[in-house]
Amino acid sequence: MRRYAADVAVLARKDLTLELRARDTLPAMLLFVVSTLVVFHFALPKDSSDLAAKGLLWVAIVFTALVGLTRAFVAEREQGLIDGLLLAPCDRSAIWLAKSASVLAFLGLAELVALPAYAAFFSGIGWSTILAVLLADIGMVTVGTLLAAVAAVSRTRELILPLLFLPLAIPVVIGGVGASVVDDSGRYLGFLCLYDAVFAIISWASFEYVVTE
Amino acid sequence: MTGGPLIEARGLGKRYGDKRVLDSLDFEVDRGSFMLVTGPNGSGKTTLLRLCAGLAVPTAGELEVRAPRETIGFAGHEPLVYRELTAIENLDLYGRLYRVPERRERIGMLLERFGLWQARSQRAGSFSRGMQQRLSLCRALLHEPDLLVLDEPYSGLDDAGAELLDRELADLRAGATFVVSTHDPDRVLPLASTRLAFA
Repeated sequence: MRRYAADVAVLARKDLTLELRARDTLPAMLLFVVSTLVVFHFALPKDSSDLAAKGLLWVAIVFTALVGLTRAFVAEREQGLIDGLLLAPCDRSAIWLAKSASVLAFLGLAELVALPAYAAFFSGIGWSTILAVLLADIGMVTVGTLLAAVAAVSRTRELILPLLFLPLAIPVVIGGVGASVVDDSGRYLGFLCLYDAVFAIISWASFEYVVTE
Repeated sequence: MTGGPLIEARGLGKRYGDKRVLDSLDFEVDRGSFMLVTGPNGSGKTTLLRLCAGLAVPTAGELEVRAPRETIGFAGHEPLVYRELTAIENLDLYGRLYRVPERRERIGMLLERFGLWQARSQRAGSFSRGMQQRLSLCRALLHEPDLLVLDEPYSGLDDAGAELLDRELADLRAGATFVVSTHDPDRVLPLASTRLAFA
């Protein structure tokens, strides 16, 4: 277990170092989410309901996650580096977990800007929304990283990731919007927890088969 | 360690979709031997080496590689190093994943031996093709593998680099098992114990 955790830490640190040097994922996510919220701010009529605004927040979050996931395996894909990682004697699911952790970190940082921006443009955000965003992030990133790996080894990668990811993100949007707008958000938060657990287990168990030729 | 050949293939086949790349291949690689794989482009050399390294799985027949992953060293067409990381950071990453004992000393020794010590703090992306290939060979040898799978290891190397690799292969010849593909078979023919020629 300690060895597994050490491998995940080594791989995640590598991803964070790469982003620190290249700076091509986080700035893109930040620019995307802020500009999307600005567009929504001007597109939404003044008398729109809080429900509509919250729905748009979740749309922005899902597509920001997609931007991050699209970049997740760029280094490995462009230089065939996934082979280097697959050759290493670590459990292959450690690659998925480390990549998920780094994408989650980027998404979390983007949301540190996005949520206050939403509060400034639309309305305040409660703790249930923040908790829902955290749970949704975990779910989207776990399943999205697996799909990003599928896309990375596919020839139609730009097409296949959104096609696979967006339908699987629908339950996240339902759970997220639900938890954001109802008074008793427990049921929706529980649903997001269940989604996270199911897709984390599926992604963890199936990653090796996805990346092996 | 179990007995028998290190690699044993029976009726080995590999298809990618409708394309059959390898078909009914039988061969054995004994421990400590050197199998040279030759053949024209597109004949399946790279696919065979990827199968031996565990990067692909057969679609037909059986392939038994009696070497755990931590004892296999692989260098292929791509250098498998991160362009944004320095030479030393790349080797440190792999050294940690392979649990290389006395990692720093081993990395320093390899960089010195392959003429990359002066460039150790430069990003791999700034390296020439030949320097990247040298770094790739450092990566493949970092964990002192028992089985070395080298796909066109001379590609991109200048004369000095190729001679360096000749010396390395000769030095390692006694202790390791080799599966090597090359378009320049004369270069490694003196080391080879078996030859698998694709038509």
